[in-house]
Amino acid sequence: MLEVEREQRSVDGQSQSRDVAIRVTHDAQVQTEAPAERELVFELDTVSCYYGSFRAVKDVSLDIQRNAITAIIGPSGTGKSTLLRSFNRMNDLVPGAHVTGQIRYHGLDLYAPKVDPVEVRRRIGMVFQKPNPFPKSIYDNVAFGPRVGGVKGNTDDLVEQSLRRAALWDEVKDKLRTSGLALSGGQQQRLCIARAIAVSPDVILMDEPCSALDPVATLRIEELMIELKQNYTIVIVTHNMQQAARVSDETVFLTMDEDRAGYLVERGLTPQIFTNPQNRLTEDYVSGRFG
Amino acid sequence: MAGSPMSPVTGRTHLAAAGARAVTLRSLESTDRGDRITSAVFLSLLLLGIGIALLSLAAILVWSLIEGAPRLDLNLLTNGPSTVRPAEAGFRTALLGSIMVVGGVIFLVVPIGVGAAVYLEEYASRERWWNRLIELNIQNLAGVPSIVFGILGLAFIVRGPLSLGFVAAAGSLTLTLLVLPTVIIAAREAIRAVPPSIREGAFALGATRWQTVRREVLPAALPGVLTGVILAIARATGEAAPLLLVGAVTFTTVNPGLFEGAYSTLPVQIFNYSSRPQADFRVLAVAGVIVMLGLVLAMNSVAVWLRNRFEQSW
Repeated sequence: MLEVEREQRSVDGQSQSRDVAIRVTHDAQVQTEAPAERELVFELDTVSCYYGSFRAVKDVSLDIQRNAITAIIGPSGTGKSTLLRSFNRMNDLVPGAHVTGQIRYHGLDLYAPKVDPVEVRRRIGMVFQKPNPFPKSIYDNVAFGPRVGGVKGNTDDLVEQSLRRAALWDEVKDKLRTSGLALSGGQQQRLCIARAIAVSPDVILMDEPCSALDPVATLRIEELMIELKQNYTIVIVTHNMQQAARVSDETVFLTMDEDRAGYLVERGLTPQIFTNPQNRLTEDYVSGRFG
Repeated sequence: MAGSPMSPVTGRTHLAAAGARAVTLRSLESTDRGDRITSAVFLSLLLLGIGIALLSLAAILVWSLIEGAPRLDLNLLTNGPSTVRPAEAGFRTALLGSIMVVGGVIFLVVPIGVGAAVYLEEYASRERWWNRLIELNIQNLAGVPSIVFGILGLAFIVRGPLSLGFVAAAGSLTLTLLVLPTVIIAAREAIRAVPPSIREGAFALGATRWQTVRREVLPAALPGVLTGVILAIARATGEAAPLLLVGAVTFTTVNPGLFEGAYSTLPVQIFNYSSRPQADFRVLAVAGVIVMLGLVLAMNSVAVWLRNRFEQSW
């Protein structure tokens, strides 16, 4: 539809038509359901997550766009983290946890028998709620992923590059050999992001990455996320609706059903979810009436 | 005007503020008299407990130093035992035997104990009945009297399947079995104390389970593991009963070999000297206690040094 309009205008005049085309494009992006033709990283098809016989998440179907930030929001206990952890098979580590339905990653079934969860986690990195640097030096924290991934020899450049990308280099370049635990909370979280970047993943999953941080550190992480989406696809679980509104391109809203299982209520472009939600539950949640 | 933020400070306000302050202060000061007495009694009981422990330890040390002083010379370490010349007899063979036996225990118990602990904590699924059975057995083994291990050693290590004979290696193996449960239990505690977030962090970076254990969990658990090893060393060094059954003879003047020849250990030798009637032998026995304490102290200080090097606070 966009293309057609542009062509029609360009027939009319030259300089004027370009202005119009730009305006139309701008309007169209706000109004259309999804941004024009972007690659999908994840496709979820009626995904349910179980812990033993308890169903924590039920029948979620959604897509995750490449090089965008997708926020998963919703009240506590609606399975947001569970859903996120099914994206890189971290839930495999919990005894009794399993997933039904299909999660496709670049078109491939993530839970196919041939898929090695270790390989999955090398491509899909994760940052946790509480910063969890290893009790070793800043350098070794960043170099851990590449080393277990089989990188031999000098990792200096890789470490520097990762720390730069995580906007931490200037603060730590003179103390790379000191313990990662000696950093402040916000720095620790950026170290964890640097550590995740060092294995050059395709996706970074973030599970409430700022909930243990003060507002200034939170702001730095948010700025960093917006920078990082140039190169990575980011999925973030957050309790903080302002955060979702500030950083994300798309928002997914989950809530809890009567059987205590989380389900998807609504998803869409972030401005739409926050200004013009289609579902009553979404509207109540984003306007602060519950949750 | 009441309630207005602009209301002037009146005499009544001053009075109210002073009253509030007085009430607060009194509530902070006045603990119930009974409560205070109870906590004082409790504290003195705790101090008494510590006092008894420290005093008895100090008493043993001082007593053995005084009693054994006449024989604290180099002969004590370099000479072999003798039944006729107590003034020159020493503990050379027993000391070598102890070092050999305990060294062997350390060599065997660390990999086996840590391996078992890693399996139980990181790999075994608690849902499987055999894993629960193994756990229960290890806990029970820790409470089995040491003489039972002596009989086991005699039947299976000295004779039976291994048939090593009465040699130091047999003593080592027997004591390894004895202290293994202690090391496993301590190592499991240490491994469990490593926060799960560390494992998650490693897994999320694409580490395999073994890489996670090898590079993150074990280094972090090392100090706790060493605590278990320290306990094991102390126990193995002081143990006499099971060794009597697996051939630690009380009298050998030839240096022991690991797989050949008779051997003795310090506690066995001390027991032997102390049961002789002559006063000189009793002094020798007490001097042997000092040698044994020195040996335990030397080995433990290495472990403590290692532990402090790797100590980690979360």
